[in-house]
Amino acid sequence: MDNCPPVRSSPSRPEHQYVERFWKEARVGDFIRLRCNEILPADVLLLSSSDPDRLVHIETATLDGETNLKQRQVVRSFLDLDCDFDPSKYNSIIECEKPNNDLARFRGYITHRSGRRDGLYKDNLLLRGCTIRNTEECVGIVIYAGHETKAMLNNNGPRYKRSKLERQMNVDVGWCVIILLAMCLFSAIGHGLWMYQYGDKRPVFDVLSPEGADLSPVLSAVYLFLTMIIVFQVLIPISLFVSIEIVKICQVYFIHQDQDLYDEETDSHLQCRALNITEDLGQMQYIFSDKTGTLTENKMVFRRCTVAGVEYSHDANARRLAMYQDLVDSEEEDCTSHGGTLPRRDSVTSHQSAAKVVLRSQSTKSHRRTGSRAEAKRASILSKHTAFSSPMEKDITPDPQLLDKVNHCSSQMTFKTFHSQSLSQLPSDLTDIIDFFIALTICNTVVVSSPNQPRQKVRMRFGLKSPVKTIEDFIKRFTPSRLTSNSNSSSSSSLNRSSHRECSSVLSSPSAESTLTKLDEEHHPGGPGGLEHAFSSVPPHTTEGKPGALEEGELRYEAESPDEAALVYAARAYKCCLVGRLPDQVTVELPHLGKLSFELLHTLGFDSTRKRMSVVVRHPLTDQITVYTKGADSVIMDLITLPPTDDSKGRRQRKILYKTQNDLNLYAADGLRTLCIANKVITKEEYAVWLRHHLEAETAIQGREELLFQSALRLETNLHLLGATGIEDRLQDGVPETIASLRKAGLQIWVLTGDKQETAINIAYACKLLEPEDEIITLNADSQEAMAVLLEESLHYIQAKFLCSSSNPSRSFQNDYAPAYSFRPPPPSSQAQPFLVHRLGLVIDGRTLAYALDSSLDEKFLAVARSCRSVLCCRSTPLQKSMVVKLVRNKLKVMTLAIGDGANDVSMIQVADVGVGISGQEGMQAVMASDFALPRFRNLQKLLLVHGHWCYSRLANMILYFFYKNAMFVALIFWYQFYCGFSGSAMIDQWYLVFFNLMFSAFPQLITGTLDKDVSSETLQELPQLYMNGQNSEEYKPYMFWMNMIDAFYQSLVCFFIPYCAYADSEVDLLTWGTPITTLSLFTILIHLGMETKTWTWMNWLSISFSVGLFFTVALCYNASCPTCYSPSNPYWTMQRLLGEPLFYLLCVVTPVAALLPRYFCRACQSSLFPTPVQVGRQLDKLPSDTRRNILSRVQAGSLLSLRPPFLSSLSFTGPFPKDYSHRATSTQNQHSFTRGPAKSPEGRLDLSLQRDETGKAQGKGWGSGSPGDTKRSLEEDDQYTLASTEMDTLPYTKVKEAPQPEAGAGAGAGAGAGAGAGAGAGAGAGAGAGAGAGAGSTAGAGAGAGAGAGAGAGAGAGAGAGAGAGAGAGAGAGAATLLLATPSLATPQSETIHLTLPPAGGSQSAAYRRNYENYDTTPHRPPDHRLLPPTDRPDHAHNQATPTCPKEH
Amino acid sequence: MASSYNAKEEDGHVAVPGGGTIQNKKPDNTAFKQQRLPAWQPILTAGTVLPAFFVIGLIFIPIGIGLYVTSNNIKEFEIDYTGTDMSSPCFNCSQSFSWNSTRPCTCALPFSLEQPFESNVFMYYGLSNFYQNHRRYVKSRDDSQLNGDTTSLMNPSKECEPYARNEKMPIAPCGAIANSMFNDTLDLYYIDPNGTRIQIPLMKKGIAWWTDKHVKFRNPGGNPNLTSAFQGTTKPINWRKPVYELDTDAENNGFINEDFIVWMRTAALPTFRKLYRIIQKKNNMTPTLPRGNYTLEVTYNYPVRSFEGRKRVILSTISWMGGKNPFLGIAYITVGSVCFFLGVVLLIIHHKYGSRNNTADIPN
Repeated sequence: MDNCPPVRSSPSRPEHQYVERFWKEARVGDFIRLRCNEILPADVLLLSSSDPDRLVHIETATLDGETNLKQRQVVRSFLDLDCDFDPSKYNSIIECEKPNNDLARFRGYITHRSGRRDGLYKDNLLLRGCTIRNTEECVGIVIYAGHETKAMLNNNGPRYKRSKLERQMNVDVGWCVIILLAMCLFSAIGHGLWMYQYGDKRPVFDVLSPEGADLSPVLSAVYLFLTMIIVFQVLIPISLFVSIEIVKICQVYFIHQDQDLYDEETDSHLQCRALNITEDLGQMQYIFSDKTGTLTENKMVFRRCTVAGVEYSHDANARRLAMYQDLVDSEEEDCTSHGGTLPRRDSVTSHQSAAKVVLRSQSTKSHRRTGSRAEAKRASILSKHTAFSSPMEKDITPDPQLLDKVNHCSSQMTFKTFHSQSLSQLPSDLTDIIDFFIALTICNTVVVSSPNQPRQKVRMRFGLKSPVKTIEDFIKRFTPSRLTSNSNSSSSSSLNRSSHRECSSVLSSPSAESTLTKLDEEHHPGGPGGLEHAFSSVPPHTTEGKPGALEEGELRYEAESPDEAALVYAARAYKCCLVGRLPDQVTVELPHLGKLSFELLHTLGFDSTRKRMSVVVRHPLTDQITVYTKGADSVIMDLITLPPTDDSKGRRQRKILYKTQNDLNLYAADGLRTLCIANKVITKEEYAVWLRHHLEAETAIQGREELLFQSALRLETNLHLLGATGIEDRLQDGVPETIASLRKAGLQIWVLTGDKQETAINIAYACKLLEPEDEIITLNADSQEAMAVLLEESLHYIQAKFLCSSSNPSRSFQNDYAPAYSFRPPPPSSQAQPFLVHRLGLVIDGRTLAYALDSSLDEKFLAVARSCRSVLCCRSTPLQKSMVVKLVRNKLKVMTLAIGDGANDVSMIQVADVGVGISGQEGMQAVMASDFALPRFRNLQKLLLVHGHWCYSRLANMILYFFYKNAMFVALIFWYQFYCGFSGSAMIDQWYLVFFNLMFSAFPQLITGTLDKDVSSETLQELPQLYMNGQNSEEYKPYMFWMNMIDAFYQSLVCFFIPYCAYADSEVDLLTWGTPITTLSLFTILIHLGMETKTWTWMNWLSISFSVGLFFTVALCYNASCPTCYSPSNPYWTMQRLLGEPLFYLLCVVTPVAALLPRYFCRACQSSLFPTPVQVGRQLDKLPSDTRRNILSRVQAGSLLSLRPPFLSSLSFTGPFPKDYSHRATSTQNQHSFTRGPAKSPEGRLDLSLQRDETGKAQGKGWGSGSPGDTKRSLEEDDQYTLASTEMDTLPYTKVKEAPQPEAGAGAGAGAGAGAGAGAGAGAGAGAGAGAGAGAGSTAGAGAGAGAGAGAGAGAGAGAGAGAGAGAGAGAGAGAATLLLATPSLATPQSETIHLTLPPAGGSQSAAYRRNYENYDTTPHRPPDHRLLPPTDRPDHAHNQATPTCPKEH
Repeated sequence: MASSYNAKEEDGHVAVPGGGTIQNKKPDNTAFKQQRLPAWQPILTAGTVLPAFFVIGLIFIPIGIGLYVTSNNIKEFEIDYTGTDMSSPCFNCSQSFSWNSTRPCTCALPFSLEQPFESNVFMYYGLSNFYQNHRRYVKSRDDSQLNGDTTSLMNPSKECEPYARNEKMPIAPCGAIANSMFNDTLDLYYIDPNGTRIQIPLMKKGIAWWTDKHVKFRNPGGNPNLTSAFQGTTKPINWRKPVYELDTDAENNGFINEDFIVWMRTAALPTFRKLYRIIQKKNNMTPTLPRGNYTLEVTYNYPVRSFEGRKRVILSTISWMGGKNPFLGIAYITVGSVCFFLGVVLLIIHHKYGSRNNTADIPN
């Protein structure tokens, strides 16, 4: 950006050259040629790429915050062109949609002169702001330029921000104006009457106007009104604005200087970029945070894995990671002590040296650091070329046991291969290990690049083939004569070059196109004999690339997602090294075996519905077609096929599965991202069958994506579990702690991320945003209507659960929200209805969010969202982020803070009341848009809790004081008007009037406004609850202005009338009387300030003495300076004379005392009788440190701090407590199916969602929801959910089947069809009881029957097993009643069971999460009756399963 | 937190000695920049403010009593001679008189002092309802002219309008204040027990501020002959005689006439008194004003009927704190008592709730 990379466009046709242009000169229709690492200046349609695959890799970090590389594809019609795209020969017409802000969509078509039309898709468009990576050169045509680019349309303009305090203050300034006008009016009327009473007799002292004109009372009243405005204008605190600015600048300075906000790694400290909203930091109510790079470091680190049922804990690796921090610290210490340069540490050997260094210099650093400045610098240098290359991610210390096994296994394999023995004779656990690592290595889309030429992919073509595209291709490849099919290469590759990721690609060409595309010779450098390589191990010396460049450790992996890279690096640590990837083959180097080339037949890319990706390869050693699948454990585990139980192998498999599941639970509990790795070997016949369908799908015109999806589903079945991995997306330091304390401070934290839902939830758990005991409401809807129903349901659920179930809402609040500390914040004043925050989490994805943000639903959405403690918005676009922030800010009238680090957060940062940018990670765009730039997320804690609080309380107090001061001073003159005929005369010398605000009373308040600390930094951080003080604007409430005004008027009355009475009927002259009043009001004002000052430093003393000194000095000098100047008033020698009078001193003593007595007394009483939390905090500050620590620890441990009686000290989670509440309405046909059934996802959630397996069986327990409009019924049902899900909790693991596609229902069996039909018939609900009830559930009568069954089996918890289909009839009501009655008897013991399964102390542990692998008995195709267990079996079953699981988990 | 706080401090100490070579942006670890200045943190609670209330009460009440006694020891005598009352000797004068009358009207008011006035007696005239503090009135003067500046003498400042010129002649002294100068003449006679009238000598000097007399007010020119000095000016409209005929004494004539100076010092409040004369104590043996009968002879020149004003003559002794005014003493006593009372209230509060605060609350 800053360099303004030149644009090369081609206006100068004669030369046929690209010329350099500024960005601003890019116009729509220009051809642009870009080189690697250049930033796109406009939205460009990709026409040509130097990449042989006609791809362009872009980094979209500035748009969505993801640092991985994304592939973009040349427009299909230009695929066949040579590398040199000639713009002068371009003569097609492009039609596309109008500029819009949807980053994820682009539609259009290109019409060639031949009349051919091609579609244009998102994958053809390079968006402005992205960076070209790994592509030498590309050419495109500008589609949108300038402000019409999608990136720009996603950025709203900057907003002038004014702090809440200032807005409030301005209201009161308005009041001041009104008071001023009232006072002027009063005086004017008074003057008119005063004039009127004299009538025609003009008294001598009523001087005529200079012209000698005699003014009528009315006219003089009008004149006087204007005069009074001038006299009283001090009331309008003009100086307040100046003082506020000064104080803010000082506050900014102090925030800037805070050492705690300084980050040594990046040598950066907080930047305050907005000078005028520091105090807003103390009033935040909502925090909107980006995830990637803000909460996390966006560095995936491989932590542990389990292979074939054996867990490899990688302790050494964990130690290394822990030491890594210390290493860097100690390195730094070494370096500083020697004063030399940092020793360069070879990243490859880091773990060894790490250990040594640590041993040598016993670092005593207690706090973790993620690295040093040196590391950060190094990383930044590296990251210029690659996305993920932090040494921490790359270096993995292998688990010695596993490494041995790998070595052993591969040597075995070598041996067997060498002796041409079948590999199947190997022990299965060994093959599993090798397969596991092969899967890690190849089941991804990682691009390998060599560091010497980072722009280029490593192209090592041992053989070349494109993925199988046609049946002919398949036949050719798999006929026995294939080894001699050198000639095939041309024909096979003559097929069109479609995406590597057929599944996700919209672009894959229709078959017709294959005739258009011609052979690309460039693709076949090693064409001849390529096939042979695929089936034999390739000796290293045949490598075509530079051998040096291929040395292990020098290859660089660039992945679309960081975890992929982490897994590849992990595999490399076990010598299973990915050395090259081509569209059709993957080359892997294995220990002892050398390089192996896997022929890549298909890549079924990752998608969020399947939650897995697969590659189909031909195994070079076994020559078998193998499918490697990697995916979320929740989905993979269900696809695992177990051999029959009776034989030993089957038992072993079952055991492995069981163990793996336990390990997965463990990983999940540790907050690791879990992935399961599985494979399967398919026969050629199976493959052929599948391939036929797949090719049909690929060539389909209608619903191609849908068909491809189905095709992938067909392939990914009957898998064999290899193992699972645990990856850590490293959170930034202190993120959980920060979030915990911010939450204690009453802040609601929303995470808005572009990431996928699973990742977001994972991170949310890891950073304590979601607690294991939180319930999660997941909102995924496909249509506006479905969304409306969902929201309605959720609202009812929340109401039913939290308002009806607990008798006292505030009690439930206390329990849920602030059990340890009963500073109960009053609900925000702007909200009419009290809102309670429950232990609920809300997860919503981008598409659903779009519906929710619609104006018809936003109120409901907010109603749901604000009852939730934390909200996660996944897959949200930058604009959506800002819309969410805007919605919350405008509708809830709360203070919002947005924090982010990428350009995708810019609009959110701008919209929020306070925008915070994390500096350093992803460019400067967020920082540039932000008001505050922090080095780290954790700095937010001190920034808000300490500086925010201070800034707010300082400014609030200063503003109030200012109002008071001016009012008090002006009121003195006002009272005088009663004694001077309302003539506008002032007893205070005009110069005193001018200087009073400017000099005499200015400094102390500035000092206090800058330095005052009501509570110490330590206490503020230890008691985040004190932050609520600012949230509720407790320092400056509207009534406080009036209290201050009243106090000001009282004080001025005292200050006026005591001198008045003391001097009544004496020979005192105007100024000799006015000067004491000035003096003593100054004293009063200063002492008042002193009372408001909480900490007296020497600067406060100095400033106050300075003020007093200055006043007397000025007065004395002024009064002595000139006997005739300063007309009309002449104060000559007044002060000197006054100083000789005892009366003056007596007045100066008694008046301030009398004036301040009430305030002093009230303060004392208030803080004794009703101390505010802040006052309590101040008292804590005064205690000796050890006592204080004692008390604080007691407070944190849960002892109550407030004077009010504790509402409930014991946490009562005794009520029915469903673990989750997740709605899914994933129906594309607007058929809103709504069934609930429990399931535990890996995060320990209990999903209540629509359950159907892929065969279309609607299975599950729960209740179909009634018609959405029927509140009463819904409420009843809500209670039933509670019951049902409570029961579920103790049940063995049951799986949620997403009903991803309506097609699932197509192949449904009878029961499922009935269930679906019932759902359709009921309008919204599809309830299907498991087992026998399921089939019958479709009929109305079944509701009653199921209900009865539930009631009968209630004690045994069989109700859940029975489930109940909610019909629309009255039978449902009856069933509901039965269930409701059953609730209490069930609830208590069951919830205790829940508690028992919870970890005793480890907060990070997720809730009891058991997966009962007995459930898999019936797989592969789960028979529809597999839940037909007799109800009495269920509890036993559950206990049987639960009991052995628990000890293993903990 | 406290521990990490200390760690930070140590960090700073470590960094500073070795940090010579490190050029980083790390903020200095100074108490000021880190906002850790040592500070006194008063907390206003019943317990802590309790002593202040009692101390204030205990100090103020004696002071108040002292002031009250002092004020009560001052002897003051006041006589209203406005003449609004039919019975008043000055009734006729007040009714007939206006600014334009040429013939002076005199009246005599008898009065008697119950108690002798021992020390110096200050004789004031008092005016009520006279708004000398009116905004336009206060401005209506020219200090330069009064300071003897000859140019200002001939060209009075605009502030004096419309009393700057009379028939093209500059008015000296100009302005409304001077124009409305009090011009009653007051004489005091002691009626001897024998019935003889003894005129009491009244000091007309020393009634103005020294600085006014000697610095602020000066006659124009350095010309001892005031008549010529004021040549070319005219008297204020309401005046009977020009400014240089205010007194015969050259030291008390013209602008430095003390009656004039006193008048020019505008009163703060509409009811005011101004020092007219001083009756000096002759010796320690006899009181300045023995008890007995007196007669006040008033040359009634000054009309107050137009603004419902009152005219008074006040005889008063003074103390160190000025004239008789019991208010300040009462104020001190009141404030002191209130403080004491509030102190007691706080004591009760402290006893009832403070103990709880200190045990349960400070933990809290």
